[in-house]
Amino acid sequence: MSVNQNQSRKNRGYNFAFLDENTKREIRRKLLKAVAIPGYQVPFASPELPIARGWGTGGLQITMAIIGPEDVLKVIDQGCDGSVNAVNIRKLLVKTTGVETTFDTNAASIIQTRHRIPEETMRQDQILVLQVPIPEPLRYVEASEAKTREMHGEMDYSRMWVYLYENIVQYGEITIGARYPCLVNRRYLIDPSPIPRWDVPKLNQAETLYLFGAGREKRIYALPPHTQVEPLEFEDFRFRVEDFTGRFCARCGATDTFMNELYDSRSGRKLFVCSDSGYCDRRRERAAGQDLVGADGSEGGAIEGKEAG
Amino acid sequence: MSATAGTVLEVRGLSRLYGDGCPDCLALTGPDAGTNICPQCHTIVACNNISFDLEQGEILGIVGESGSGKSTLLRCICFDEEATAGECYFAAFGDGRENVFSQTSQARRYIRNHLLGIVYQNPLMGIKPHFTAGGNVAEKLLTADVYNVSVIRERAATLLQRTEVPLARMDDFPANFSGGMQQRVQIAKALANNPPVLLLDEVSTGLDVSVQARVLDLIKEIQRDLGIAMIVVSHDLGVIRLLADRTGVMQHGQVIEFGLTDQILEDPQHSYTQLLVHSTL
Amino acid sequence: MGYVAVSGGDEAITNAEALLTFYRLKGGSTPVQVRQIREQLRLAVDKVMSEGSLYAPGIAALALKQAEGDGIEASFIVRAYRATQPRRYVSLPVDTRQMRIIRRISGAFQDVPGGQVLGPTRDYTQRLVDFSLLGETPELVAGFFKKIGVQMSRSSMPDTFPKVIDLLRQEGLMAEPGDRDRELSDITREAISFPCNRSAKLQSLARGETGVMMALAYSSMRGFGDIHPYLGELRVGTVPLFINHRAKSRPVYLGPVLVTEAEIISGQYEDDQGIPKLTLGYGLCFGHNELKAIAMGVLDRTMQSNGHQRAPSEDEEFVLYHIDGIESSGFSAHWKLPHYVTFQSTLDRLRRTQRLKEEADTLEREPEPEPEKPGL
Repeated sequence: MSVNQNQSRKNRGYNFAFLDENTKREIRRKLLKAVAIPGYQVPFASPELPIARGWGTGGLQITMAIIGPEDVLKVIDQGCDGSVNAVNIRKLLVKTTGVETTFDTNAASIIQTRHRIPEETMRQDQILVLQVPIPEPLRYVEASEAKTREMHGEMDYSRMWVYLYENIVQYGEITIGARYPCLVNRRYLIDPSPIPRWDVPKLNQAETLYLFGAGREKRIYALPPHTQVEPLEFEDFRFRVEDFTGRFCARCGATDTFMNELYDSRSGRKLFVCSDSGYCDRRRERAAGQDLVGADGSEGGAIEGKEAG
Repeated sequence: MSATAGTVLEVRGLSRLYGDGCPDCLALTGPDAGTNICPQCHTIVACNNISFDLEQGEILGIVGESGSGKSTLLRCICFDEEATAGECYFAAFGDGRENVFSQTSQARRYIRNHLLGIVYQNPLMGIKPHFTAGGNVAEKLLTADVYNVSVIRERAATLLQRTEVPLARMDDFPANFSGGMQQRVQIAKALANNPPVLLLDEVSTGLDVSVQARVLDLIKEIQRDLGIAMIVVSHDLGVIRLLADRTGVMQHGQVIEFGLTDQILEDPQHSYTQLLVHSTL
Repeated sequence: MGYVAVSGGDEAITNAEALLTFYRLKGGSTPVQVRQIREQLRLAVDKVMSEGSLYAPGIAALALKQAEGDGIEASFIVRAYRATQPRRYVSLPVDTRQMRIIRRISGAFQDVPGGQVLGPTRDYTQRLVDFSLLGETPELVAGFFKKIGVQMSRSSMPDTFPKVIDLLRQEGLMAEPGDRDRELSDITREAISFPCNRSAKLQSLARGETGVMMALAYSSMRGFGDIHPYLGELRVGTVPLFINHRAKSRPVYLGPVLVTEAEIISGQYEDDQGIPKLTLGYGLCFGHNELKAIAMGVLDRTMQSNGHQRAPSEDEEFVLYHIDGIESSGFSAHWKLPHYVTFQSTLDRLRRTQRLKEEADTLEREPEPEPEKPGL
């Protein structure tokens, strides 16, 4: 048993992974139902956690329900392990489970994420848990939960389609950025969480299991491996991911990842960097031929600030 | 469904009651009783055991005064209301052998989206004011699984032109249109999926006279060009005379006279029909 | 590297926590005792208990200290704590007729059996700043207690008070609860779906945030709705809590719980037989919180409306989805989390649609080709 696990045991009397066993059992049952009906939103009780609603309680409850002492955990927010919210969530999970953690996508068995899917393709022995603010894709066109539930039950998505059509008529293309509606298994429409469109293709016929948790709205849904996931598109207006033509990452030089544009705090200049910081670090490692990034995320060398396009 | 080739729609024993109902409701109401409210249980019998057929390519008129049950009849056929009793068959659904009143809501929605066109007296009941005119037509096409923007726009443009809505207004919102133009958008939408049956509920009522005339001409043209079977509900004998091949006259929830429009208007048999015909200005 | 320091996040959080403690104590005043908060800020404590949905005045007071007086933050702490507590029993239904009253009034009748008991209330005080409180010393406090003494009177106050609505019920004036009203839910065990039953509504309201409930009830009173409420009765006092225990033959008394109860009576409605009746809007919450109980009663009633014009307070989804302070504050605050990835996606769309618009405008503006000049 690791040092961490011993410490968590001595902790304030919390159950392993914080949730009591009854709550875990309910979540697991609901997860099974979600996996059995890909894309269907399963209601669950979603009791409160010490982390605020809207800050990841849904994803957290799923992770807490499925994590075991042998799991290796990675937590990211906007693709970054060091983001303050990811740090906070990781702290809570380590404190109540003592599990090993990593910044390396390939080494993790469970990854909890907010708003991004890692650049490196995940495997069938891994699970991705996504934090969801608004589980209802039809919220764009209908505010009432009772009505949207009916629309799903009847597979009546016509209003969503008209919304997209009107977008095209007005602007020449669909204006939905992230949270792009996708049809799952030719049956249920889902909100894939606010991942960028860049990440949507990773959902289709994937090897890995995707679990979605909306704590505040109290819904769980899932995409089992090898499920058909198709973003809504017209035959003549196809789904389009974000365009980074001509851009490259100022840290590692990549041209084929999802990038954040930012203003360097010292020089004030606009830069682009990989959103997936773990992936970016590994590319830099390989380029430099040395292990720059330790398991705890501490950095080795200094960063050369290159100006990007 | 009857073996008559060319029957598009069959209604058998349709009744619509509002209230608890009692075993004598149907017998105690109707034109002979002079009321559609059951004296025993105070239930309103809006439609009382109605049966008829709609033939391929014909316009069937249903005429009656307010409260006769004619609109309720139409609303039952398109599932806006739940019939209390009776059966209804569409030739295009289940070979005309499935009673649509006993279908699931998903099946009913399929029928509404693919096999029916509905035009209401109030255009805002049939079209959504916050979708553009083209968007309204698009909605019907999308529910019929057309997922190509150019095709949708082309078809919408064709339909709107056919119903004399200026192309320039295709991307405008019907909330800003005149009543007549809103009505025409509604008709375009109803035709979008080439339905075998079109239901029209008092479509020209409330419009200016000249606009009325144009809408009615449009309906006649559509019927001539596309051969769609239609049920036209109206309290206005003039509209019925203009449009309908056959007509049913309703009073107090029952059909009291049924036959060729010309015959009914020239030689009404029932005293109520005579009253209606002779009251027409 | 800004908000996303690869290794700085942990340290930043630790320092942020230290800063909070610093801000709380830098003034140099004596650290406030939890007992002081509990006793002298009892209304804040009661509100936190009620919104935290846990009857634990000590925890609520501690949470208020921890949150530096931020009521919503304190309620959140209490609610999260509640979620960790094991659920061992379900109490027997509480009969508020057994309430030991500290305050009891009725707006509907000038006088009622048992009388109008004003109790501790600021309703009829003048809201002038009381500067004398600046100089409150233990001596002054002792003097006050000596002056009022303990006034005991044998017969002036009855042990229990009959309910005003019982009087109306006896006369056949009150509508009876319907079938759906008798279904019991537990909103902490299953997510509610709409339309929902009365017990789910009341449970949600009982833990709702006072401010938003007040605003929604207010909107209805002002005219965004059709309810004309009367306060049939307002009671504040302690009720006894009992449970059944398998080792005991009789119910076990757990102790007294302080609650506020409001019964809102509203005008006419026809029951199944078509007979006009008065309807009841019921409000009940932990601790002494009159505004919340009244708002709860009004909202319970507005949500029973079948009005065609759905005013916000009559739309049960609108009300129940937005009155939980923990949910609404969490989501309202969550915009402070990094959203730069989704923003990047939005920027991509915006830049593209701008380009499309420019292209479309350019095409329109292109000059007509010059006509061929006739040959010379």
